[in-house]
Amino acid sequence: MSAASIMAAQPLVEVHDLSKTFDVSAPWLNRVVERKPRQFVHAVDGVSFAIERGKTLALVGESGCGKSTVARLLVGLYAPTHGRVSFDGVDTAATFKSGNAQSLRRRMQMIFQDPYASLNPRWKVADIVGEPLREHGLVAGTGGVSSRVREDALKVRVAELLLSVGMAGADVEKFPHQFSGGQRQRISIARALATQPEFLVCDEPTSALDVSVQAQVLNIMKDLQREQGLTYLFISHNLAVVRHVSDQVGVMYLGRLVELADKAALFSQPRHPYTRMLLDAIPDIHMSGRSRTPVQGEVPNPLNPPTGCSFHPRCPHANERCKQERPALQRLKGILIACHGVEEGRI
Amino acid sequence: MPAPLLEVKNLRVEFPTRHGTLVALDDISFDIAPGEILGVVGESGAGKSLTGSAIIGLLDPPGRVASGEIRFDGRRIDNLPYEEMRKVRGRQIGAIFQDPLTSLNPLYTIGRQLVETIQTHLPVNAAEARQRAIRLLQETGIPAAEARIDQYPHQFSGGMRQRVVIALALAAEPKLIVADEPTTALDVSIQAQIISLLKRLCKEHGAAVMLVTHDMGVIAETCDRVAVMYAGRIAEIGPVHDVIHSPAHPYTVGLMGSIPAMDDERERLLQIDGAMPRLTAIPKGCAFNPRCPRVFERCRSERPDLIDAGNTRAACWLHAADTKAAA
Amino acid sequence: MISSSVVPAAPGAWARFFAGDVWHSFRSSPMAIGSAVVALVCIFCALFAGVVAPHNPFDLATLELSDSMLPPAWMQGGQAKYLLGTDEQGRDVFSALMYGARISLLIGGASVIVSVLIGVSLGLLAGYAGGRIDVVIMRVCDVMLSFPSILIALLIAGVGRALFPQAHDSLAFGVLILAIALPGWVQYARTVRGSTMVERNKEYVQAARVVGVSPLRIMRRHVLPNVLGPVLVLATIHVATAIQTEATLSFLGVGVSPTSPSLGTFINEGNKQLFSGAWWLVIFPGSMLLLIALSMNLFGDWLRDALNPRLR
Repeated sequence: MSAASIMAAQPLVEVHDLSKTFDVSAPWLNRVVERKPRQFVHAVDGVSFAIERGKTLALVGESGCGKSTVARLLVGLYAPTHGRVSFDGVDTAATFKSGNAQSLRRRMQMIFQDPYASLNPRWKVADIVGEPLREHGLVAGTGGVSSRVREDALKVRVAELLLSVGMAGADVEKFPHQFSGGQRQRISIARALATQPEFLVCDEPTSALDVSVQAQVLNIMKDLQREQGLTYLFISHNLAVVRHVSDQVGVMYLGRLVELADKAALFSQPRHPYTRMLLDAIPDIHMSGRSRTPVQGEVPNPLNPPTGCSFHPRCPHANERCKQERPALQRLKGILIACHGVEEGRI
Repeated sequence: MPAPLLEVKNLRVEFPTRHGTLVALDDISFDIAPGEILGVVGESGAGKSLTGSAIIGLLDPPGRVASGEIRFDGRRIDNLPYEEMRKVRGRQIGAIFQDPLTSLNPLYTIGRQLVETIQTHLPVNAAEARQRAIRLLQETGIPAAEARIDQYPHQFSGGMRQRVVIALALAAEPKLIVADEPTTALDVSIQAQIISLLKRLCKEHGAAVMLVTHDMGVIAETCDRVAVMYAGRIAEIGPVHDVIHSPAHPYTVGLMGSIPAMDDERERLLQIDGAMPRLTAIPKGCAFNPRCPRVFERCRSERPDLIDAGNTRAACWLHAADTKAAA
Repeated sequence: MISSSVVPAAPGAWARFFAGDVWHSFRSSPMAIGSAVVALVCIFCALFAGVVAPHNPFDLATLELSDSMLPPAWMQGGQAKYLLGTDEQGRDVFSALMYGARISLLIGGASVIVSVLIGVSLGLLAGYAGGRIDVVIMRVCDVMLSFPSILIALLIAGVGRALFPQAHDSLAFGVLILAIALPGWVQYARTVRGSTMVERNKEYVQAARVVGVSPLRIMRRHVLPNVLGPVLVLATIHVATAIQTEATLSFLGVGVSPTSPSLGTFINEGNKQLFSGAWWLVIFPGSMLLLIALSMNLFGDWLRDALNPRLR
């Protein structure tokens, strides 16, 4: 297994000024006839962070903040409009475009949110989890070995993977609809682990699951991280879950990273007004009766974001500068933060 | 002790299928007092949404109420003919569903939908109905209500739409509102706004609420009492503070333990092994017995009723008088 | 290390099918069973016409001109040997029905297969690739839909005749199949494109992309099995339409050659005899055509409803 004890000085994943813009203009004919302008959505706008080996970085935010787009940029499902993603020092965008990406793809995999849509309903589990093994030629059986032997070897390997996520070896012959949501998510994890990757991008892996099932899946993910030295990028909107699994937390709003800090620092001393608002908005299950600032407004339309700092319409501390000038992501007091108020010492 | 507004007694909902009859709700009983907020919490397949549907009389066929009764204000409503139930729905019982997109008709202005609801159930003319509608929109926090009343649903954002849906539910001054996952489809910051709005408005209008959700945090913030459902049965019911902080049923204990909380320092979450049984394979005796860490012989053969257990009532033999006496 | 004995054998595909909802729905629907039986009987008779039919109307040696223009057996002047009467050359109508149905079904079936192949491939490509390829394919569809399908079929058949005036049988068949298939592929392309666009955004396709599977493989192995459901329904109903189109073309005289007559040819020829009072030469071929088309339509209707709740 990959050694978890290697203390590399260089982070495994580095993202610098990453941006992705989508063209959502109306079709050409409509634009000409109705005189509509071209429209763009800056789904990800200048995001930078680094993830060290064996650690978990969580990205949180509400709908439209771009965290899922960041996830897809990292695994090559989208190509960045601007900026750079490095994996182990290598530029991923160039590799994905070159068509020679198999060795890179082996080292990073993804887990998705919807357990019902992440598995092909017509395929058996053996084929679903076996696909990465086949694609990368990871199962013994080349040259001279009959395909029957190869199929059996594949099934044995798939059964091993299923056992490692807490399922039964006999499940290889079943179809996805025979499993519950939590079990399907575990099959997705088994598929992601088939190539023995070093980096897993997890896009809201437990958001569609019941609470007790979520606990099972989160525990498995933590166990696997410890055993195999995996590095995680964990996307979620649920701050309590994030607090449980992450080492570092990044908060995103309308495509921009507004705060990035160690878990303890972020939850005990949130600095950015949006982070504070998010933490205040979480329903308090223990009803400790802490005082909370009421939440104002809603997430604006990404097609028409506010000028300057995109949070200013909802921010209790906004001033003129906030309306005009976009705050840069800076290192202040040991955290990364994009806020004029914090920079100026007002907050 | 005022008479309960809603009484559900031994309600049983069945679905006849070609595999046999599925019992989706098995002999559940609970009350809601006037003005009270009762939370119904459970995981997928526990039957909480079905309970709400059964009460408003909107069970999807072939589901049907097989036995038991539902009484509203002393009057039986589970066996009413369609027309009678239609009058009860809206006037006495209002409903809020999960998806604000589909709860509003996209082809009509929200003003028209509000006025239509008001006029169906209250004896007012069109002008007064419109005034009431504007007032309701203002109460639910929609800015510039006078202008926005003539807009269409697609011109509102998700959170705004849910506010309109709440306004619609309150339009005919019902005594009970059944809210099925009203905040699940919304962002966290909007959730908080909608929860506090719902709580405040229902107190002001004197409406009781049956809040169905899987989110324990929402329950903690809003409800007075909570019923925890498992496999079509009620596992535990009691005041919200007691159920959360000193749960009596092992399932509730497991549920509370598996929720990561903001002040949590545990390395591993408490996990209940296995999964909720499918409706076709509910175990004999207590439905939770295969997964229960404190199971004993009686649990596997006899199904427990709700038994007093401290401040709550739990369907668990651990709290039966003879079990405690023997211990 | 786990031994392969831990992995059990799975129930076969047939076992799963007969335990499933679709088969159960079939068993409980009299209309489905009825239409399936009728369709199967017609298909059987048509395919094995040589064995089932009492006479071979195309074997000139067996024809007796003295037996021409006989009415059906139950009428005055009819003979039991020729159950549904004979035509002006002494050919038995009952046998001719089966031989004619064979040609009709073969052409109808082949056209549908060609249509499905073209339509599904183009639909998959348009739905998965998107962008300009999608636009081009959809505009081609739009153009094709703006012509009445009979006109297109006539055009192709006419062009075929002009290009190959000798009209060898097999070539005539091929041209005819093409003529019926070409207007028909558009419906498949559109349906498959819509389903493909839905499936493309699903996470199992994205997972395959992350693994590094090539787009062609994804289209073929992941998306295709999930979009074939509606195609099956359309194809069943399309067979009925194709047979009717072939009948129309043959009726108009641009269909099959007279040496291998189809039901349409018989209707055409029988029509000419109508004024002489020989109604059986038109009514029976027409009824056979109706029976085949109706049973396939009803079966397709049932199939659409049976597959729907599962697709939901």
